[in-house]
Amino acid sequence: MDTLWDSGIALSAYDIQAQLASDASKPLAATTVLTVLSRLEKKGFVRRERDERPHRYTAVASRADHMAELMHEVLGGAEDRTAVLARFVGQVTPAEAEALRKLLS
Amino acid sequence: MLTAPLLLALLAVALAWPVPLWLASARWPRRSPALALLLWQSIALAGGLSMIGALLTYGLLPFGTDLLHGLTGFAQAVADGSAADRAGLAHLAALFGAALLGIHLLLNLAIVVLRTDRDRRRHRALLDLLGSTDPSQPRTRILDSELPVAYCLPSSSGSITVFSAGLISLLDDEELRAVTEHERAHLTQRHDLVLVAFRAWYASLPWFPVAYRAQREVGMLIEMLADDRARTHVEDRTLARAIALVGNAGEQSGLAVATRTDELQPQAIARVTRLGGEIEPLPPIARVAVVSTAAALLVVPTALLLLPALLTLGA
Repeated sequence: MDTLWDSGIALSAYDIQAQLASDASKPLAATTVLTVLSRLEKKGFVRRERDERPHRYTAVASRADHMAELMHEVLGGAEDRTAVLARFVGQVTPAEAEALRKLLS
Repeated sequence: MLTAPLLLALLAVALAWPVPLWLASARWPRRSPALALLLWQSIALAGGLSMIGALLTYGLLPFGTDLLHGLTGFAQAVADGSAADRAGLAHLAALFGAALLGIHLLLNLAIVVLRTDRDRRRHRALLDLLGSTDPSQPRTRILDSELPVAYCLPSSSGSITVFSAGLISLLDDEELRAVTEHERAHLTQRHDLVLVAFRAWYASLPWFPVAYRAQREVGMLIEMLADDRARTHVEDRTLARAIALVGNAGEQSGLAVATRTDELQPQAIARVTRLGGEIEPLPPIARVAVVSTAAALLVVPTALLLLPALLTLGA
């Protein structure tokens, strides 16, 4: 996924495999890369362009976009998402933060 | 006999309004959050049961004196088309209401459970993509974010705890341990199940202020319960400091959200204050009283519904 994010353009599974092979000590099999890609596609993280062979893949959203989505969920921006996870300290109002500051000192 | 529907209706009203309000404003739940949580759950269950039960028993009155005879009588009346002749509009409306309410509550529970599960899967997939793992702690993910957050994500395939880089740099080792133990308590004690149930209750009755209050109160009790678990591993003031630091830093970095939280008692302060004082669990007698009340709340509406039928069967 990092390879796709860094490249910014559509890559085929073989391009990705070559990229990964140059970074890692152990080269991955092309089928492994394809398996991972199709899994990512199913989860909606990459898009496959089918008009030419070999199929090319692009990232649906940037790393920062996904991070923003994740944090939005964590911070309870979506009111009906609060049951998804339990935060250590939930939403705090400015007045409450002020009181907490006093308690700290 | 009008006694059963009347008593059930009285119970339903009590459990829908004065009782939850009393429990939400009582002080003792902070001393024994686990017991208070038990009581909340039985209030919610008994409330739903008596509300549906009151409508059902009243609606079935023209068809038989108890639940069993009423149901069989009603089925026969529907079969031979005489239901509308034998029962007045009020009784039929009550039956319709009971069915509607029952279906509404169950459907909402199913929707909330499914939606929560779907959201968690999506969140987990994002985490797998963006989080990094510490090999020594396979159940933990680190998020590369300056905002100080910690939370846990329950899952049937393996729950995980998530920390942000901001949180790790904000807290010292001992405070981090407090947070870790707190989150682990959420996961091992399956607090997510209670939260989802109350979430569903609130989703079913969004116009009902008590449901919102109950959900929030239950949320706070769960935090206190996890705090108590963490207290067996770290000192009270370490945990209190961690809560205050995270809460305060969260607001400073623009995390504060002025939503409906304004009108309600601030949870973080309640938790820190609680840790600052002496936490005395309820005395044994009071504990027995709370557990018996919780049990009685479930037994009474069930008995009112079923006992008349059982008595006639036995006679």
